[in-house]
Amino acid sequence: MENSLMNSKYFYYKRKLTSSIMMSLTFVAALAAIIPLVFIFYYTISKGVTYLNLDFFIAMPKPVGEPGGGMANAIVGTLILIGIGGAIGIPVGVMTGTYLSEFGNNKFGFMVRFLTDVLSGVPSIVVGVVAYTMVVLPMKHFSAIAGGIALGILMIPTITRTTEEMIRLVPHSLREAGLALGIPKWKTTLAIILRTAWKGIATGVLLGLSRAAGETAPLLFTALGNRFWSTNIGQPIASLTVYIYDYAKSPFEDWNQQAWTAALVLILLISVLSLLFRIITRSKYKTN
Amino acid sequence: MEIKLSVKNLDAYYGKNKVLNNISLDIPKNKVVAIIGPSGCGKSTFIRTLNRMHEVVGGSIKGEILLDGEDLTKTDPVLLRKRVGMVFQKPNPFPTMSIFNNVAAGLRLNGVRNKKKLTPIVEKCLKQAALWDEVKNNLDDSGANISGGQQQRLCIARTLAVDPEVILMDEPASALDPISTTKIEDLIFELKTNYTIIIVTHNMQQAARVSDYTAFFYLGKLIEFDETNKIFTSPSNKQTEDYVRGRFG
Repeated sequence: MENSLMNSKYFYYKRKLTSSIMMSLTFVAALAAIIPLVFIFYYTISKGVTYLNLDFFIAMPKPVGEPGGGMANAIVGTLILIGIGGAIGIPVGVMTGTYLSEFGNNKFGFMVRFLTDVLSGVPSIVVGVVAYTMVVLPMKHFSAIAGGIALGILMIPTITRTTEEMIRLVPHSLREAGLALGIPKWKTTLAIILRTAWKGIATGVLLGLSRAAGETAPLLFTALGNRFWSTNIGQPIASLTVYIYDYAKSPFEDWNQQAWTAALVLILLISVLSLLFRIITRSKYKTN
Repeated sequence: MEIKLSVKNLDAYYGKNKVLNNISLDIPKNKVVAIIGPSGCGKSTFIRTLNRMHEVVGGSIKGEILLDGEDLTKTDPVLLRKRVGMVFQKPNPFPTMSIFNNVAAGLRLNGVRNKKKLTPIVEKCLKQAALWDEVKNNLDDSGANISGGQQQRLCIARTLAVDPEVILMDEPASALDPISTTKIEDLIFELKTNYTIIIVTHNMQQAARVSDYTAFFYLGKLIEFDETNKIFTSPSNKQTEDYVRGRFG
C-alpha cells in the first residue's frame, strides 16, 4: 500500500516535471518565432524613420546626389498594382473557394483544389515570367496591367483556400435553415453562408493583398518600375518593392537610407490596409 | 376530416441503404401529429422527406407524398418549402442577422424588401411565437445573442413568417430546459388552429401532451398510427405497447 502510494507520488512529480519542461520549450519556441519580427521592426523603424516625412509621401524621387525627395509615384504605383491584382484575384479566389466548398465534392473540385495548391507553391518569379510572356510580349512594352495580372494570379490560391475553409466552418444547420425557408440555394449561399463566413474570407483577402504588395520578383519584368509619375495602367509603373530593390543595392548612402524608409512605408501601408479591413468587417454585434 | 398530407408507399434511401420501408399514412389538416420511436428508426428522415430536405443530404425516395392531393415529389422543392416549413432540433438563427431580420429572412431573401410591409408581419409572427414581449425592445440585436429557448421561438417565428401550411418540427425542444419546453409545447397547441404540425419527439410525455395523433416508427417501418389517446392507452400492436410502456428504446 505504502509502496504504491510512493510510486504514485513519484509519477506525480515526474508528470509535473515533464509538463513544465515541455511548457518551457513551447514558450522558448514562441519567443524564437517573434524574434525575427522584432528585428524587422527594429531595423526598418530605426533606419527608415530618418527619411519618413511628408515629402516622402508627396514628392517625387530626386536624382542621385540631390538630398530629399520622396516616393509618391511608388506609393501610388503599389496601390494601383495591388488594386489591379485584387480586382482579378479577389473575385476569382472568392468564387472559386465558394464553388469548392459548396459544389466541389467531385472530380473537378478535387482537380481545382490540387491545382490551386500547386499554384500556391509556384515561385512568384515564375508567375512573373508567365505574365511577361502573356502580356508584356504581345503589348511590346512593360505595363502596370502586366504587373497587376501577375499579382492577381499570386493572390488566387491564398484567397481560394481561405474562402473554402471559412465557408466550410459555417455550420450545416444554417444552410438547412435557409433552404427550409424556401430560399433558393444560390441565395442561401450568397446571403447567409458567405455573409456568415465574410470575416474569415476578408482575412484571406487581406493575406493575399499583403503578400502581393510585398512581391518584387514578378514586377521586375512586368511593371518594371518608373522614375516618373504615372497612373496609366498601360505604361510601366513604380512600386515600393522595386524601389527598395533598386535603392538597397545602389552604392549611394542616401538611396540606401530611402530604401529603409520605403520598407517602413510598405509595412505601414499593409498595416493601414489591415486596419481598414478590420473596420469594414467589424461585426454589428458583439459575439458571445 | 380533411387530409392535408397523404403519404403512400414511401421508401427512403441514403445511397443504397434503405432507411424507410413502405410508409403509408394520412395526416389530417390542423392537427398535431407526433412521430415517436427509438433512435435510428427513421423519424427524422420521414419528416425530412415531407419538405424534401432529405435530398439535400444526398438521400432519395420512392413512393408518393400528396400535399392537398398534389404529389410534392414532383414539385419544385423551393416552392414546396414555403408551404412546408421546418423547425430544427438545435436552434439555428442566422448569427449575422438581427432578430428582426431573422424573422424577415424568408421574405426578404425571396424579394420582399419593403420594410413597411415586413414590420407588421415580423411583429405578428413574434407574437404568435410568444417571443414579442421579450424582444420587442431589442429587435436590432443579434439573433444569436438571446437564450436557447428564445432562439428556438425565434426560429419558429421565422418559419411562420413565410406563411406555411404545414410545420415540421424535428425534436424542437430536446435542447431546451423544462420552462422553455413548456413554452414551445403551449405554442404548438396555439399554432394548430392555423397550421398542420408534425413533430418528431423522443419524449413520450411530450407526444402525449401535444399531439392529436401519434405514429410509432420502428426500424424504418410504421408500426402503428392512431389517435394519441389510443396509442398511449390501448395500442393494438405489441411493439407499440412495449415502447410506450418504456420496455425498450
